[in-house]
Amino acid sequence: MAKKLMKGSEAIGEAAIQAGCRLFFGYPITPQNEIPEYMSHRLPQVGGTFVQAESEVAASNMLYGAAGSGERVFTSSSSPGISLMQEAISYLAGSELPCVVVNIMRAGPGLGGILPSQSDYFQATKGGGHGDYRLLVLAPWSVQEAADLVQDAFDLADYYRNPVLVLGDGLIGQMMEPVEFRTGRVPCKPLPPKDWAATGCKGGRATNIINSLFLDPQVLEHHNQKLQAKYAAMVRDEVRCVEYGTEADYDVLVVAYGTVARVCSTAIEDLGAEGVKAAMVRPVTLFPFPYEQVRRAAQKAKAVLVVELSTGQMVEDVQLALLGTRPVHFFGRQGGMLATPEEVAEQIRAIAAGRSGEVAHG
Amino acid sequence: MAETVFRRPEALADVTTHYCPGCTHGVIHRLVGEVIDELGLRERTVGIAPVGCSVLAYNYFATDFHEASHGRAPAVATGVKRARPDLIVFSYQGDGDLASIGMAEIIHCANRGEKVTVVFVNNAIYGMTGGQMAPTTMPGQVATTCPLGRDVNLAGWPIRVAELVSTLKTPAYVARASVHSPLHAVAAKEMLRTAFRYQKENVCFSLVEILSTCPTNWGIPPAESTAWLEKNMLPYYPLGTFKTPGGEDRAPGPLGRGRRGSGHAE
Repeated sequence: MAKKLMKGSEAIGEAAIQAGCRLFFGYPITPQNEIPEYMSHRLPQVGGTFVQAESEVAASNMLYGAAGSGERVFTSSSSPGISLMQEAISYLAGSELPCVVVNIMRAGPGLGGILPSQSDYFQATKGGGHGDYRLLVLAPWSVQEAADLVQDAFDLADYYRNPVLVLGDGLIGQMMEPVEFRTGRVPCKPLPPKDWAATGCKGGRATNIINSLFLDPQVLEHHNQKLQAKYAAMVRDEVRCVEYGTEADYDVLVVAYGTVARVCSTAIEDLGAEGVKAAMVRPVTLFPFPYEQVRRAAQKAKAVLVVELSTGQMVEDVQLALLGTRPVHFFGRQGGMLATPEEVAEQIRAIAAGRSGEVAHG
Repeated sequence: MAETVFRRPEALADVTTHYCPGCTHGVIHRLVGEVIDELGLRERTVGIAPVGCSVLAYNYFATDFHEASHGRAPAVATGVKRARPDLIVFSYQGDGDLASIGMAEIIHCANRGEKVTVVFVNNAIYGMTGGQMAPTTMPGQVATTCPLGRDVNLAGWPIRVAELVSTLKTPAYVARASVHSPLHAVAAKEMLRTAFRYQKENVCFSLVEILSTCPTNWGIPPAESTAWLEKNMLPYYPLGTFKTPGGEDRAPGPLGRGRRGSGHAE
């Protein structure tokens, strides 16, 4: 297929359709309304179903029901709406159901604002809802990557029987870029048969029950151990990150994800002309986090700079990767304010010149 | 050789339930099971279990089942039905689940006209959590969170779900039954059959509210609880059909006429 200029939100919707998703349940919230709007006109064209739910609570439980029938299904929302979905996401993880959830993050806490943010990192990677569970979290930095990751997300969800979260900021949802949908795309994981789905016990098959309730503590502990083994397999097999300039020598290593990483890459390029040497590791999966890749890349640097549109939620993971072997610095903007290449460049200059303070270890 | 004249419906699992003596969940399960059998729906039915006393319903029905979080069964049912319109989807919910925490989900599921069936069991109290006040608890009725009896000035009046849902413009089948006597149970089964038939024929949303006893949390012996239901609940919760997809509404059911006429609470 030829390249097409698309808004991020629309590309995400089209990617879901290209991945075979025919069901969308959602509720309006800025800045991701273009996703449900796109799905509401596009799904009927391909024989699919769009439902505008009465709330994010209901939308996420419709997702839960549809996922239990074995169909590919997704929903999208933005930060406050994703908070409302946490209960259902916990049930989806506990019941081992595949689905895709897209969070186009806006600034919080509370009602916060409607402009881009990355302040849901903890919620996305460390739990969010109740219980011991994990989501596979994918963080695109461009519209093309958003389209690619959404398609991969469906395969990963089916393979692991687990919800996959695509975490974008408001910029990913709103900006327009050229996108190409590859024809004849091959799934990124083997797709096991969904013989567990609740679709009616036809032909005398044993009944299928979609459930996360285990009143016997021994059985529930066993269930938790089974889930943990799955998350361990994700950690082993699914880490994705991209390194920029790590083959050369550098003094400062930048760690950033999503659209902020693009700002950082511009800053690093600009600094090259001044002779200030920096490189970057961009995590694409936030869970599993690329601890090893960050650790290795940091060995060549004198110090590490984490840049985020939050107060530094990813800093803890970078510190965990480095275990105190390199000083960690942080630069972030909040509330919907964006980091500029000039601001990031100044931070890198200050670190290289020893003028910037290290982040206290948590 | 003797002829079998009474057997467990195929749609019910051959297991013992955990329900208390005198509770009518078992009767209602059986009626639902019989209707599913008689309409030949078992192999394409997906039930949605609630949170409450019937949380383990998936162990008692021999159909595919899907757990829901508290109150969300109509949303889960919507998801299943929209994903697979060929399936027969029913939720089985209590009054705390449906009329309190799940009020938004039931109203909007009915209002969208989802082609699902809701079996709503109203026993005027929270059972599983130990007898707290429900939105359906009767005025003056003692519960663990209204130890002096429900004060309507503080807690409002009990919610009449069948009446409330029947005010929606979207075509639906809405009825209220009771199972506190065999004759009432027969009428309840007819309503359940009508509800499932409307779904089978892809006609409309259907909801059957069924009045139920809770001797354990009412603090009344089983034999007396049926009389308590008749005396206290029937006048406030009249039996009958409140809405049909054809538009004719509030027609009294087979046993509803006398009860409604004699005991309307207004």
